[in-house]
Amino acid sequence: MASARAWLLADSPTSRLQANLGRLYRITGMLLRNPLAAVGAAIVLALVLTAIFAPWIAPYSPVGQSLQDRLLPPSAEHLMGTDELGRDIYSRVIYGSQITLTIVLLVAVIAAPVGLVIGAIAGYFGGWIDRALMGITDIFLSMPKLILALAFVAALGPGINNAIIAIAITAWPAYARISRAETLTFRNSEFIDAVRLQGGSPARIIVRHVLPLCTSSMIIRVTLDMAGIILTAAGLGFIGLGAQPPLPEWGAMISRGRTFILDQWWVATMPGFAIILVSLGFCFLGDGLRDVLDPKQGDKG
Amino acid sequence: MSRPLLDVQNLRVSFPTPHGRVEVVKGISFTVGRERLGIVGESGSGKSMTGRSVLKLIRAPGRVTADRLDFDGIDILSRSEKQMRAIRGARISMVMQDPKFSLNPVITVGDQIAEALKFHTRLPGSEIRARVLSMLEAVRINDPGRVAGLYPHEVSGGMGQRIMIAMMLIPEPDLLIADEPTSALDVSVQAQVLDIIDDLIRSKGMGLMLISHDLNLVARYCDRIVVMNAGEIVETCVASELHNATHPYTRGLLAAMPTIDESREELPVLDRASWGGT
Amino acid sequence: MSFEPTTEPASATPALPGQKGRRALKTAGSFVWFVVTIALTFLGLLAITFFIGRVIPIDPVLAVVGDRATPAVYEAARIEMGLDRPLPVQFLDYVTDVLTGDFGMSVSTGRPVISDLARVFPATLEMATIGILMGIAIGVPMGVVAAARQGSWVDQTIRVFGLLGYSVPAFWLGLVGLAVFYARLRWASGPGRLDIFYDGLVPPVTGLMLVDTLIAGDYDIFWNALDHLILPASVLGFFSLAYIARMTRSFMLDQLSQEFVTTARVKGVPERVVIWRHAFYPIRIQLITVIGLSYAALLEGSVMVETVFSWPGIGNYLTTALLNADMNAVLGATLVIGAVFIFINKISDVLYRVLDPRAR
Repeated sequence: MASARAWLLADSPTSRLQANLGRLYRITGMLLRNPLAAVGAAIVLALVLTAIFAPWIAPYSPVGQSLQDRLLPPSAEHLMGTDELGRDIYSRVIYGSQITLTIVLLVAVIAAPVGLVIGAIAGYFGGWIDRALMGITDIFLSMPKLILALAFVAALGPGINNAIIAIAITAWPAYARISRAETLTFRNSEFIDAVRLQGGSPARIIVRHVLPLCTSSMIIRVTLDMAGIILTAAGLGFIGLGAQPPLPEWGAMISRGRTFILDQWWVATMPGFAIILVSLGFCFLGDGLRDVLDPKQGDKG
Repeated sequence: MSRPLLDVQNLRVSFPTPHGRVEVVKGISFTVGRERLGIVGESGSGKSMTGRSVLKLIRAPGRVTADRLDFDGIDILSRSEKQMRAIRGARISMVMQDPKFSLNPVITVGDQIAEALKFHTRLPGSEIRARVLSMLEAVRINDPGRVAGLYPHEVSGGMGQRIMIAMMLIPEPDLLIADEPTSALDVSVQAQVLDIIDDLIRSKGMGLMLISHDLNLVARYCDRIVVMNAGEIVETCVASELHNATHPYTRGLLAAMPTIDESREELPVLDRASWGGT
Repeated sequence: MSFEPTTEPASATPALPGQKGRRALKTAGSFVWFVVTIALTFLGLLAITFFIGRVIPIDPVLAVVGDRATPAVYEAARIEMGLDRPLPVQFLDYVTDVLTGDFGMSVSTGRPVISDLARVFPATLEMATIGILMGIAIGVPMGVVAAARQGSWVDQTIRVFGLLGYSVPAFWLGLVGLAVFYARLRWASGPGRLDIFYDGLVPPVTGLMLVDTLIAGDYDIFWNALDHLILPASVLGFFSLAYIARMTRSFMLDQLSQEFVTTARVKGVPERVVIWRHAFYPIRIQLITVIGLSYAALLEGSVMVETVFSWPGIGNYLTTALLNADMNAVLGATLVIGAVFIFINKISDVLYRVLDPRAR
């Protein structure tokens, strides 16, 4: 055990594997020593597990109606009470984690690579390509994200897929900015020159050498953005433009509970706690990652 | 000299790192009277930390311990933050390295100097202003009225450091710590700034702790010299006896200094193995 | 919905001034550049709304006339909307229309969108302004205290509080606020700007209820309006507070690690003066930028809050239009919010450079 630790923490690793594992070990160690980050990681892990094992965790079906059980307050039988159709809110919140996780993952999978590539191209080539791409990026960046997403959904039509597309459209520019800034810092460095001298094509240089170097700042940014994405998705659901009933999407559930907020408060509040918990988890984790991976960045933005 | 101004016994400063606490000052002892003491060492030798611990400026998680840290009979380590405020500036003050960073960029020079006086005396505003102007004159600034109204970015580095000196000496402290006061300055103004410090120190009969990496400079401006390496004092001697230094580190430093009538082909490199240094 | 402004405030180290003449020239140059970028960004905004309104919908005519229209009506509408012409021409027409204040008619209210917007905008402005004032009054001191006691439980609490601002859905907070402070405690009035029986009693002058009631000299209605305003404004204020506190903390930490702060301590300056005069004073201009960005973000965030509080502002107008598929109204509201947002963003960006004493 002690020797494994020494191997991981070696000052001069002898292989790339050892260097990478050592880095991972150090980062994990630092993350776990940071209490907020550890809590964040635990919450995100819990979200993933809940989404995967929802059918086994949830005591009831998320859509099974039972009209004689409608609007029951929280009890041992229904931990979070029941809604206006007698559905168990706890089970719906559990299943809702699948929707939230799907949205967050899809937005990240669509927006991050798009931003990454656009930024890297702009930074690597410079000149008018840079100016044109960054001009477009800046225009998107200076728009209000939520309003833009709303307008896109309005045109595309309500629904969870369109909500994901709309959020992704508003999310990529921030990533483009980051990857451009990162690319600029090592565009003229010697190791890139070396690859160029070996005859590496621009595409190869960008994909194999530039993009990997952007990943750590990208991971931080994406993690920090998760909370915003979750809130936007929930907001679209709340307005009625996101996930449609009977899907147990948290924002849409709050919207349904709105009618009963004064007397049956649990219908609207319970899904809200789930949103807060998960968003907070991503915030904590992102904050912690930033402290560990990029200490000089402080907590601006 | 019955009692030294500053009496330091077994001073230790440590900081936490992922690999446990690391001592940057490892139990050093020295005294300063109304004299000029030079502390020499390379960067990382703990000389700046020594200066800062005298003013109790090392904040958590840094930790300072000592068997004795007495200034004029006052036990510094047991003073509260509030009691320290009465000592800082008024009795011990410190000139820092680079006026570009050590002067507040958005407060005028005059106001910053006046501040040093404002919290230690009850002088009326007009009196403070007069003192500020005469202090600026004392550090050889022409046209002090105009300079007092400038912002730090509007003055040169040499002038900035003279302003720093004025600010630190205006409450007439007993001990001045100068932490690399000239290493951020052009060579042409270094001597000028040190001459001003030297002048004022002598005329007011103060004590000086000159912290520097420059052995030559310390030898020229100090009475006694303490050589530090890796958090420990390796040599203490009278400045005029420096050439008789015995410790291999000091000898190495002396050997590495070029002289004007140089005949050596290349300067020797410090051989750290000879005293087991890092 | 994140209330975090999308652009980040300028860095702490502006260029120091050069010679006076060159500086004047540079100022003029940067002013021209400022106007050009603003114009370009607006054009970009128009391109996006045009794209959303005319290109994305498979058949924008159908969206206007409905699927039961006869072919003749359909064709007339198509020509009236100019859809028979090439896209660039349509875009040019669209820009001309918008610049002359013609946003089209709202299907749901039957009035020109521009006059609808003029009617609802003051309500949003009023709420966002009170919100930002609350955010400044509480957020700035909170950030300063957190930084001054970095690492303490006060700091940790404020930090978590700040992160809550990124994690709590505004519409949820509004609902909970209504349930607690209106339904349970009766501390605040419910949805809307006024109690029903006061409606329409005050002649609109500015459209700002607090101002109009004072002009009319009707203090009862003034207090009623304030009572209605305080809860939604607090909800909005919470988000700006969280953001402002977070940024203040980070700026302050930056300052407190500077050498000149040590200098001040060496001089024996009391900690209170070290913090406010030496560390806070230099960041006040950066904070103006942050506050500007936060204000713009609040205008956007008001969409959700207005929906919950039935606040007759631009956010409520937008969501109603969305649900009625009233595209002219949607795009009009998007344009106005977007334009105000861009404008405040850019202004805050420049303000920093204009106000900094180092550039005097």
